[in-house]
Amino acid sequence: MSDVAVRAKNLSKRYRIGERDRYFTLRDTIMNFVRRPLARFSDNDNGVSSSSLAESTIWALKDVSFEVKRGEVVGIIGRNGAGKSTLLKILSRITVPTEGEARIYGRVGSLLEVGTGFHPELTGRENIYLNGAILGMKSREIDRKFDEIVNFAEVEKFLDTPVKHYSSGMQMRLAFSVAAHLEPEILLVDEVLAVGDAAFQKKCLGKMRRIDQNGRTVFFVSHNLQAVRSLCKKCLLLRAGRAVFFGDTESCVLRYLNELPGADGSAMETVDSPRPKDVQGLGASLRFTKVTLGSNDGPAIVRAGEPLRLAMEVMCNEELHDVVFGVGIVSLDGVRLVQYRSNDAIGFIPALKPGYYSLTCKIDNLFAPGRYTLELGARCDQKGLDWLPESLCFEIVDARPYESLWLEARTGYLNAVAEWDSPRPLGKEMGS
Amino acid sequence: MNLRDESFSSPAILIRPISGWVALNLRDLWEYRELLYFLVWRDLKVRYKQTVLGVAWVVIQPVFITLVFSVFFGRLVGVPSDGIPYPVFAFCGLLPWQLFAYAVTNASNSLVANDRLITKVYFPRLVIPLSAVLSGLVDFIFAFAVLLAMMAYYGIFPTLALWTLPGFLLMAMASAVGVGLWLSAFNVEYRDVRYTLPFITQLWFFISPVAYPTSLVPEKWRFLYGLNPMTGVVEGFRWALLGKSQSPGAWLGVSVVVTIALLIGGLYYFRRMEKNFADVM
Repeated sequence: MSDVAVRAKNLSKRYRIGERDRYFTLRDTIMNFVRRPLARFSDNDNGVSSSSLAESTIWALKDVSFEVKRGEVVGIIGRNGAGKSTLLKILSRITVPTEGEARIYGRVGSLLEVGTGFHPELTGRENIYLNGAILGMKSREIDRKFDEIVNFAEVEKFLDTPVKHYSSGMQMRLAFSVAAHLEPEILLVDEVLAVGDAAFQKKCLGKMRRIDQNGRTVFFVSHNLQAVRSLCKKCLLLRAGRAVFFGDTESCVLRYLNELPGADGSAMETVDSPRPKDVQGLGASLRFTKVTLGSNDGPAIVRAGEPLRLAMEVMCNEELHDVVFGVGIVSLDGVRLVQYRSNDAIGFIPALKPGYYSLTCKIDNLFAPGRYTLELGARCDQKGLDWLPESLCFEIVDARPYESLWLEARTGYLNAVAEWDSPRPLGKEMGS
Repeated sequence: MNLRDESFSSPAILIRPISGWVALNLRDLWEYRELLYFLVWRDLKVRYKQTVLGVAWVVIQPVFITLVFSVFFGRLVGVPSDGIPYPVFAFCGLLPWQLFAYAVTNASNSLVANDRLITKVYFPRLVIPLSAVLSGLVDFIFAFAVLLAMMAYYGIFPTLALWTLPGFLLMAMASAVGVGLWLSAFNVEYRDVRYTLPFITQLWFFISPVAYPTSLVPEKWRFLYGLNPMTGVVEGFRWALLGKSQSPGAWLGVSVVVTIALLIGGLYYFRRMEKNFADVM
């Protein structure tokens, strides 16, 4: 027996577009049937059917190959629609591949959703058995682990209450608890750690870590890079259905970050970018034509703490007076964190003759790791000349080693440093 | 490594494209028998929740229908009942009919009703329509008890032919599974099934000898009539339990053949369509 747990060769899956969203009615099929022979008669091109097939289908997964050894914990990352869930569905035999094959050596358990098959009318106790059976546990196995499951979910008091009276948090805890006690040799997990409160999430992550110590093979799909980093040694990066990278987690995560939207490049042509319509004449007399962040050709990624070097190119169509340029930094949730104005540093620009100009701006990087958008603007006198509320997107990445085991990423926008002292005894007695 | 020894002997699972007809793989189904049990159990637990009368509905429904039939068909129309008191005659026919109709309806909608399971977990999909059919069996047992009471009241006692009853019961279930498999798989892709089901069951009811005896059917139509497996089942029930009806004739053989064809055809059709379920749901 080899030590291979899963071997996939050229796995591919093709979907008809819209297949996931709609079902067919008999009428559609009859209509297609009627139309097809007519189409044959009306033009002789036999390629019609094959080209329309290509148009209306999409490869959700294409030629994905990998080999995973026993006991490896593999993260699968990629943007939405990259094929992560499709891959797990194929490996867990929910759907069949269109091409390619995979061999799996061992009992497979998949956890693509927490609480699949939970019935609101049934009690907690009943749902444990039902859900366990659905996930592939034998009832003897559930008997054996029953107390453990109940303890983990912290629902002892409500075991005989119908689940519909549970809070959603309790339902999630119970559902995850059943799933967490599944003991297959190969476990496929999709985004299920994102449930419950922070404390429970930490507990789940702890449980997941113990799973890999038991020599079990785990596939773990998540958008939570922190969780992926702390759980997985290897990672598979998918992009548009193809495997882009398969190797150590750190390199894989870095490549993934480079692929994020907006991080596609560090320069952006803004000549034709749409301007807000509610302000008249934007971009008429003066127009931002290009904005660049940093000097490399790579993606717009800046390490935390490293200054942001911004270069802008503008086109001036008429002579302007008392010009001011502005730069704003906006968080993903739309909060404008800061606004810089050129007059703070160089005063009002008294006169700008028609022509092309470039200007640069160096910004102290006080921002917490995360993604931000650059906002650009220019004014003269009382008039707005140009305004790009959303130009370049960039990512600030943490330069520090990752704190392990914390599921919650740090929140907040700033990366400012604080000085801390270790706790010192106050010299007071307890209870006095 | 604390993997159990058996894990090393477990054979590799091969995942690859499937096209055309596939083997039934009933061994896989056997592996998942516990899930079948739990799904039936869930159905039973949940079915009469939040009803005042609860399980009593199982009995009330056929009794009430029998009452209506007895008044309209028995009294007003004067449908013959082969010398058996009409209420017993009708109830005895309703028993397997309701089992069948319930099973077909339930099974046909079962896949669509359990779409979450199908798109999120692997198990042999056959488990779902099978559990839908099996859960009707409990209703049957309750109603059967009522029939026995009714027979005692009218002083009718089963004859030696009673031992054939399980055979007819099996036939009712098998044809329900067969039809249910076809319709449930069809329903996944064409939701028209849900709307045609009431018509199908109603029509089927009238072409089955539930409210009237087969003796009303003209001789030349008998063969065609026998193509309906429920003809054999209903007549068989009356013969096995009430004894007084004529024994199911040669067309019982036709019914059996049709049942087997429906079942095997349904199984293979279902297996063929199965691979698309999760994609089309």
